[in-house]
Amino acid sequence: MSTKIKIDPITRIEGHLAIEAVIDDGVVKEAKSAGTLFRGFEIILQGRDPRDANRITQRICGVCPTAHATASALCLDDAFGLTDRIPDNGKLLRYLILGANFLQSHILHFYHLAALDYVDAVSAVGDLSPFIPRYEGDYRVSGQANAELVNHYIKALDIRRKCQEMLSIFGGKMPHSIGIVPGGVTEKPTEDKITNFLWRLNEIRDFIDNIYIPDIITVAKVYGDYFTIGKGCRRMIAYGGFDLPTGKLFKPAVVSPDLKPESLVEENITEDVKYSWYADSDSGKNPAEGQTKPQLDKEQAYSFLKSPRYKAQVCELGPLARMVSNYVQRDIKVKELVDSLLGQFDAGVDVLFSVLGRHAARALEAKFVADAMVDWLQDLKPNESCIVENEIPETADGAGLSEAPRGSVGHWISIKDKKIERYQVITPTAWNASPKDDKDQPGAIEQAIIGTKVRDKDNPFELVRIVRAFDPCLACSVHLLDAGANELGVFRVV
Amino acid sequence: MATKKYPVVWLQGAGCTGCSVSVLNAVSPKFRNLLLDELVPGQQLNLIFHATIMAGQGEPVIEVLKDTEKNRKGGYILIVEGAVPTAENGNYGSIGEKDGRHLTIQQSVEEMGKDALLVIALGTCATFGGIPSARPNPTLCKGVKAIFNEKGIETAVVNIPGCPTHPDWFVGTISAVLFSGVDALELDDLARPKLFYGSLIHENCPRRADFDKGKFAEKLGDPGCLYKLGCKGHYTYADCPLRQWNNGLNWCVKAGSPCLGCVEPEFPDGTSPMYEKITFEELK
Repeated sequence: MSTKIKIDPITRIEGHLAIEAVIDDGVVKEAKSAGTLFRGFEIILQGRDPRDANRITQRICGVCPTAHATASALCLDDAFGLTDRIPDNGKLLRYLILGANFLQSHILHFYHLAALDYVDAVSAVGDLSPFIPRYEGDYRVSGQANAELVNHYIKALDIRRKCQEMLSIFGGKMPHSIGIVPGGVTEKPTEDKITNFLWRLNEIRDFIDNIYIPDIITVAKVYGDYFTIGKGCRRMIAYGGFDLPTGKLFKPAVVSPDLKPESLVEENITEDVKYSWYADSDSGKNPAEGQTKPQLDKEQAYSFLKSPRYKAQVCELGPLARMVSNYVQRDIKVKELVDSLLGQFDAGVDVLFSVLGRHAARALEAKFVADAMVDWLQDLKPNESCIVENEIPETADGAGLSEAPRGSVGHWISIKDKKIERYQVITPTAWNASPKDDKDQPGAIEQAIIGTKVRDKDNPFELVRIVRAFDPCLACSVHLLDAGANELGVFRVV
Repeated sequence: MATKKYPVVWLQGAGCTGCSVSVLNAVSPKFRNLLLDELVPGQQLNLIFHATIMAGQGEPVIEVLKDTEKNRKGGYILIVEGAVPTAENGNYGSIGEKDGRHLTIQQSVEEMGKDALLVIALGTCATFGGIPSARPNPTLCKGVKAIFNEKGIETAVVNIPGCPTHPDWFVGTISAVLFSGVDALELDDLARPKLFYGSLIHENCPRRADFDKGKFAEKLGDPGCLYKLGCKGHYTYADCPLRQWNNGLNWCVKAGSPCLGCVEPEFPDGTSPMYEKITFEELK
């Protein structure tokens, strides 16, 4: 007999998401992932000063604003013809700012968004809100180990705050930093700021090495079955990013399920809308061409997200995709990190495609980024320029592809009469949390859920653990709607 | 004496979670103290609903809202982060499923607002509409006070704007309410506590001396007053220059960026283009 489980709201993620799963004989047969808030950023951007896109798009998301600051600055650099003129200092500062945001986001994600699915906070602090109500049952860590993890939840609150403080040294403030602008960065590195940043970074690195990664291992040892749960589509995309004077930290690639990398061709990205509240005439187009005409009385539609696909195939983005991409392209440091972790479990690369694999990839990525940041600090030239002057062109197009904590992010702009004619953002969660496409292939999160055995339908831990491992950011994803389409019409609420 | 606990319901509307993340950056008290300890002697917050923080999900957390609305009338604090979308009967934003239907942001703000002890509109979206209400305001977003005025809801609303809000402004306002009661809180005509929004950025700006001497930055990265680069500090009321951000480390103008005027009701339409000089007279 089938039963339907609906979880609305999914909490401890960024934004508004609902998940529906149809269960047959205890196994998920169908899954729906649906965004439930719409703001219309691209409409709001139309007609504005192009430089303001860099400020406004940060407000898409308060958890990863710096990712949008970076992608929009790269997009405007491209449109303004500045890409080759950004001073090395400007690049280094941009990625120190973005790197700090990665660290805060990854630490926040594991401890404050995901950990309460694994750690028994109530046994440590008592029946106290916001730790109740909760799903009851499958908490497997107990005693001292559990108490220590709860302590780390508290300690991680401080560490993630310190990531923000470190960021503000060059980024001005956080959330919604102001440092990254088209042309470079408004701040200037002085010796005292570099040292100040370095020692904050060292404290955070110490936390990552001695607490965050060991905690992931502790959790993985008692929840070992989650190395096989939530496998997903296994096709990974990374646009690549952190484009430093010494090269890209994250290597771009599309990685096939049998771990073969191929180079990423932007034109192969299309967006389907068969199950989204947009007109079907729009389906299958590249984001640079696609229109977004809302059609809100579509019978089969269930999400405000479109379905981005690469060569019509479902893909996953995020720390796992980046780690896999660098791994298969033989990045020495990533290979060392991943192999060392897998060695502890006597496991092969296959186990990475799982709930625990995603958590582990995120933690290893935090270390990879944090360690690299030490080198970037040393490459800074104190007191030297970080910015070039910019002028808004009459007419231009631009694209900015980068990496956000949750995966690859792209911004596209068309400028006409020195104003924004069209602005488009595609975020990693738009890929991961997408609904079914025109070929009825479920999105990445949906695929990860389908086939999962749910032990207790009143406390479906498996489902929320799978969803949260992707670190979805709905505010980032449900802002679609093209600048050209002002009419919103009426839509059916499901 | 037993600790008096104030249940806190924190609703997220059309926003970005940035104000929550900013409050997580609180330094003294820290966020852990807000969660677990008496904030002022004998009084404590009890965060019973916050979608980004709470352990629960789905129906049981919607039950928390229903229970609070029914059984704790006049006894809980409502915090609203994010604007309230009102187009299409509020259906552009839902915070969950209640009794088999979408619980819209508008419905939840109205239901939870009418019987709250106090409502705090946190951040510029919740106070004045902010970014989601920017031209052409695709989902007809409004601030909490505007909704309450339309619906005749008389619960006291304190506005703590900012994009995002500063953690001290939030913690300080809550502390003032717990210490002295909401009536003792001195508010400006936009319902902002004068304690934090009482003076112009321009009055306390470290680049003020440059302004007085006529030394202006001509491009980003230059020293000097940022007035010509679009700084809105001369009509923006906030204590950023004195308090600074992120544990007092830095703030927009110090880091070389013009003030965006993010605490003002005109943000962002009236205060943009962000890098263009806009005089007070041109503001409206």
